[in-house]
Amino acid sequence: MNNDFTSPYSPNTEKDRAAMLDSIGIASASELFDDIPEEYRFPDLDIPSPVSEFELRKELENLAAQNVTPGDYASFLGAGAYSHHVPAIVRQLASRSEYMTSYTPYQPEVSQGTLQAHYEFQSLVCQLTGMDVANSGMYEGSTSLAEAAMMAARITGRNRIVLLDTVSSDYADVVRTYTQGHELPVDVFSNEDLDIGEDVACLVVQQPNVFGYMEDLESLGESIHSKGGLLVVVADLVSLGMFKPPGDYGADIVVAEGQALGVAPTFGGPYVGVFACKGEREFLRQMPGRIVGQTVDTQGRVGYVLTLQTREQHIRREKATSNICTSVGLIALMSTVYMAAQGKKGLKHLSELCYHKAHYLASLVEKIPGYSVPLEGTFFREFVIQCPQPPSKINERLLDRRIIGGMDVSDQIANGMLVCCTDVNTREEIEAFASALAEIGVMSE
Amino acid sequence: MTLLRSLEEQKRQLLMDRSAAGRVGTTFVPLDVPKTKLPDENLLRDQLEMPEVSESEIVRYFSQLSQFNFSIDHNFYPLGSCTMKYNPKLNDEMAGLAGFSEIHPLQPDETVQGALRIIWHLQEMLTEIMGMAGANVSPKAGAESELAGMLMARAYHLSRGDTGRKKVLIPDSAHGTNPASAVVAGFHVVSLPTNDNGDTDIEALKVAVGPDLAGFMLTQPSTLGIFDTNLLEVVQIVREAGGVVYGDGANLNALLGKVKLGELGFDVVHSNLHKTFTQPHGGGGPGAGAVMVSERLLPFLPTPTVKKETAEDGTEKFSLFTPPESVGRLSPFHGNFGALVRAYAYIRTLGNQGVSQISEDAVINANYLLTQLRGTFDLPHDRHCKHEVVLSAKSLKDAHGTDAKDICKRLIDYGIHPPTMYFPLPNVVEESLLIEPTETESKETLDQFIMVMKAIAKEAEENPDLLHDAPHDTPNTRLDEAQAARKPVLRWKG
Repeated sequence: MNNDFTSPYSPNTEKDRAAMLDSIGIASASELFDDIPEEYRFPDLDIPSPVSEFELRKELENLAAQNVTPGDYASFLGAGAYSHHVPAIVRQLASRSEYMTSYTPYQPEVSQGTLQAHYEFQSLVCQLTGMDVANSGMYEGSTSLAEAAMMAARITGRNRIVLLDTVSSDYADVVRTYTQGHELPVDVFSNEDLDIGEDVACLVVQQPNVFGYMEDLESLGESIHSKGGLLVVVADLVSLGMFKPPGDYGADIVVAEGQALGVAPTFGGPYVGVFACKGEREFLRQMPGRIVGQTVDTQGRVGYVLTLQTREQHIRREKATSNICTSVGLIALMSTVYMAAQGKKGLKHLSELCYHKAHYLASLVEKIPGYSVPLEGTFFREFVIQCPQPPSKINERLLDRRIIGGMDVSDQIANGMLVCCTDVNTREEIEAFASALAEIGVMSE
Repeated sequence: MTLLRSLEEQKRQLLMDRSAAGRVGTTFVPLDVPKTKLPDENLLRDQLEMPEVSESEIVRYFSQLSQFNFSIDHNFYPLGSCTMKYNPKLNDEMAGLAGFSEIHPLQPDETVQGALRIIWHLQEMLTEIMGMAGANVSPKAGAESELAGMLMARAYHLSRGDTGRKKVLIPDSAHGTNPASAVVAGFHVVSLPTNDNGDTDIEALKVAVGPDLAGFMLTQPSTLGIFDTNLLEVVQIVREAGGVVYGDGANLNALLGKVKLGELGFDVVHSNLHKTFTQPHGGGGPGAGAVMVSERLLPFLPTPTVKKETAEDGTEKFSLFTPPESVGRLSPFHGNFGALVRAYAYIRTLGNQGVSQISEDAVINANYLLTQLRGTFDLPHDRHCKHEVVLSAKSLKDAHGTDAKDICKRLIDYGIHPPTMYFPLPNVVEESLLIEPTETESKETLDQFIMVMKAIAKEAEENPDLLHDAPHDTPNTRLDEAQAARKPVLRWKG
């Protein structure tokens, strides 16, 4: 071993090692690896040499600076990950090392902080979605959906999953990834061609849908419930500050991406998946993920524990309801603090703010020659702009003007660009975006 | 009720019970655009029952709550198979740089070259450390890596028209996620016994393999903390039977720079980046996984994977791509990027020299505990261990009625987080305590732990109730888990 580098993370000195080896009764640490076949033992690692904190910081700051960063740029990109203003207390509290550097709360007496925070998360998720129970979090929204589809199949004993074609295709892909090993076909239908038979375990509806528009949950719920299947709703939690929650429409399972509530986009993760459902015993038995329950201690005081663990892998192994044992506790905590900070007043305000800003942008876009807002109905904070040129071309030119445009959805809507407005898009930015679209629209391709 | 007790209860009051109409927890971004008519009323909710608490109260509440947790920054936390080691603070700060935390996952590749470069380098470094042919870092946890790996095994067999391979072998000492993941991937699981020495039972393996064998999932070193001395033979038997060899890398903290599993013939190895490569565990996540594969499984890697192209002038361009026969997408985006930045920073800091030293120190520390606690506790496998050691409290239980759980709870009184208990499972080791000290603990800390364990063993003999009633000084004494499950109370209700 090369001795010119000492890890700041390991306290062992040569003297410590020698003392411990002596106690173990061996002369050299290499003897501890004698069980590895000799010809494969101690290979060279062709990775770079160590760097100091000073050097690494420079390297990473330089790499970070190579990215075009919303904040420096106005961004109108949403489609499943959203920039919102996050109050300082969210990061401050979540970076407390008591929360950050603890493990899954297997020992409840020394994990009440995490457990009670998760219980708060479950409670607030239920209140926001209008559901009876929630687990303490999944990896992110799409895995919540995959788990919901599989749970619906178990509860109904049926083996067909139907998704409305206005559910995110990336979410649909993740459902297919998770179900590919089973006889569990995943069919996608438009609302017009919806074909639900008595073999369908669940109908999945995204609300608002992938283009930002509200679906008719009432009639969709009837369609599936009349055939004995379950209604699974992929909800947008920010919309629930103003819109009627899925629970009011009789949703059986609600899943959602929790990122928009207090978590930065972070190039795709970590996020937290929300999973809520009805409170019937069979639902509880079939629910995936960690669940925190309230109980009492030997002195009669209220406390919290991981509960209903007989569903889980460490007990049920191959008979478990799911293989997921990560609840993404820290991100669930961030969402909890965010929901608490926004509170009753702020969540409604935020929701309406997004609504008004997106509609203001739409009103400007409709006036620009060559552009239109082609879809009809009620939208929330996202909508599709039909552009006079391919969105990819327009986005390139927007970048020159320090604007990150929307997502190219021209494979679904001709020259369609899915744009998003949230609280962080100021009026000035929105107007600059509209002006830029107008300028670019008249430029030749 | 005493005043003290009522103060304690107030500390535990839930957000909704703290609410008072009119309080707000932050300032609100102002409306700066003209209002639009709101949608039809029947689309809108009539009530929103959410907390009304002030910012100062929120901070007090969650700060006080946090103090009810043990954590690696505050406590020795030798939780076996969880690799609770120090999480470098620099890495958290770097992951929080706006150029990483604020970027949107759907930005065009050319606007996120810095981020893609990190992912690509991490793929390369992990591939090299494991001795494999390629990597994908989009799984969001160890269990999702397992799923990805087993889906690749399935896709590999199907791509060869080999449709009858449905059986996956898993040792009885494996983590519970292994069988659960194999089932989610569509396989049926057959449990394989471990021999008296803690190694794979070769004769049982030979009987179990056949034309229906899809693969063998094994953890190295095993959850008994030992490296399988029959490993080469095991790999050979599985491969000759046409199976895929899956290596669960939950315990890689023992093997870095000591052996490359790819060189032994493994087809898939996953790494729990949050364990070995120090993403903080966050009270149950986020985690992050990486899945490394052999040449024959390369086409099946999940999407997206990052590739590099070098132009003639030497400029490097990084982009997302879908491998030709990919098993598909595990996330809408690219996985837990924040954890990937931390893993990258960790490996860069330690470099080739430091990474090899991790395992040497982790293994010395575990063997030191084994040596020092021999005689006080039972050693089901009295041989050199790797990064963790399994003790059994069976003799103590037989003699004094104090079981593994009692010992764990008494450790809390001494400010030490308990080791993993009852895993390995009772059918493998009775009254097990799985202890993983990690390389980031000093000899002084280990010596304290040894003294405490010996003291507890003595207490078990002299005053067993001290153990039965433990812990004594925590915000809650032992909790009624049976009641929690029998009468589930899972949310606040007004």
